[in-house]
Amino acid sequence: MRLGFVLGEMATGLRRNFTMSVAVVLVTMVSLFFFGTGLLVQKQVGILKGEWYDRVQVSIFLCGDTSLDERCPGGSITDAQRDALRTQLQSDPRVERVYYESQQQALENFKETSVPAITDNLTADQLPESFRVRLVDPQQYREVSADYQTAAGVEDVPDQRAILQPLFTVLDVATNIALGLAALMLLCSMMLVSTTIRLTAFSRRRETTIMRLVGASRALIQLPFVLEGVVASLIGGVLASGALWAMVNFGVSRLQNRPGFTTRLVDTADVLTETGPIIIGVGVVFAIIASLFSLRRWLKV
Amino acid sequence: MITFEHVSKVYGEGHRPALAEVTLQIDKGDFVFLVGPSGSGKSTFLRLVLKEERSSSGSVQVNGRDVGRLRSWKVPQLRRQIGVVFQDFRLLADKSVYENVAFALQVLGKPRHVIAQTVPETLGLVGLTGKEKRRPHELSGGEQQRVAIARAFVNRPAILLADEPTGNLDPETSVGIMKLLDRINRTGTTILMATHDDDIVDQMRKRVVELRDGRVVRDEDRGVYGSGR
Repeated sequence: MRLGFVLGEMATGLRRNFTMSVAVVLVTMVSLFFFGTGLLVQKQVGILKGEWYDRVQVSIFLCGDTSLDERCPGGSITDAQRDALRTQLQSDPRVERVYYESQQQALENFKETSVPAITDNLTADQLPESFRVRLVDPQQYREVSADYQTAAGVEDVPDQRAILQPLFTVLDVATNIALGLAALMLLCSMMLVSTTIRLTAFSRRRETTIMRLVGASRALIQLPFVLEGVVASLIGGVLASGALWAMVNFGVSRLQNRPGFTTRLVDTADVLTETGPIIIGVGVVFAIIASLFSLRRWLKV
Repeated sequence: MITFEHVSKVYGEGHRPALAEVTLQIDKGDFVFLVGPSGSGKSTFLRLVLKEERSSSGSVQVNGRDVGRLRSWKVPQLRRQIGVVFQDFRLLADKSVYENVAFALQVLGKPRHVIAQTVPETLGLVGLTGKEKRRPHELSGGEQQRVAIARAFVNRPAILLADEPTGNLDPETSVGIMKLLDRINRTGTTILMATHDDDIVDQMRKRVVELRDGRVVRDEDRGVYGSGR
């Protein structure tokens, strides 16, 4: 009975302030859409980092004829140095496996991954031989690199992560922009909820005065107002989730299905099980905060 | 039922008190007229009973509760024991007569069958049987005030406060409203009515409490509106 009454009052409020309610729904939708986009980009960054870091090998390039003098003061690596390095790597507990890549193999690998125009004039002695090391825990990359950087006969241990860093930086900036817009829009939607409640409180002051006088509880008087904001935000959140789903389903997933595209991208399941519920929850919580705040100011109980 | 002990109310620093050292006892079943010119403190008195305002000093007791010390979340319970009627009726224009009265019970969460029984009963008591489906604007002033009284009384409060209930009505209609209030009083409900209407006070011959500048200047049983008139 009382629930029916509260829901009825709420529906009346939404109908009476129809245009304001629509505004709340739309602004909430846009803000949550940006918020959700930020979350998805962030998730994608996480996936990429995981995948790429797992593939990371430590490449230890050895000194050869073409090496720079300041890196290799002793000239080309000696057989003794190479054997010592191999033994050291094989006994290192952080190392899972060690592959040796000779100059000839390096040339072959390079030819496989590059266009002929570049590789045609290349000869094996122009490329360095190297140890390719797979780590037990890829997170220990930095320590391992540092340890072998200064070993005798080693020319360089380049940080492969540095190659990926610009990509991650771009994605981080994109995330921040999306989240910044989301914060701004969320602020707008909170102010709209607050204004709507102020209007509703004014247009229904006669009802609330009577409710107060006959002894209705504070919760019962305020609940319809709060629910109005919550329902509007809920609709906005569901619409935003729908828009994210569409964006992922018709945009990102098509990219994923292209032949040769092996990196996992965010998919609709991520939207439905993770991002969607999060943005709807955030929208509802913000609406409740905005309503309670403005009720304190505009509705005497 | 209502006890004021040395109650003062000052609305703002440096202002003349709206009520000054008012001590008054109203017993269960009393019918009391609160008279006095505008600004004499009648409305403030009623607002203190309802805890719409806090007294600046002194104690206000209503139905055995110390109103001044009442926690804010318990105020609704106090108000459920008090019905209020106003000069301007304060009916909801988009609800029918029946819905206006039922509203008071709905917001208290009364079960449907209780509402279905109590509302027609109360409408019968105030003489509005047959007009349940009308809207307030389709009724005369007197009928609208009867709806308001029905709404105030439907929950069978121990106290009925009336703030100038006949202020907008012609003398003949006012008499009808007073008869209705008298009938409600006979059911054991305490009635406190603030009024300017000297004819009515003189006719009814009930207890009269006169306020002037926030002080009780007269309190007599079976009194008239003003000795000086």
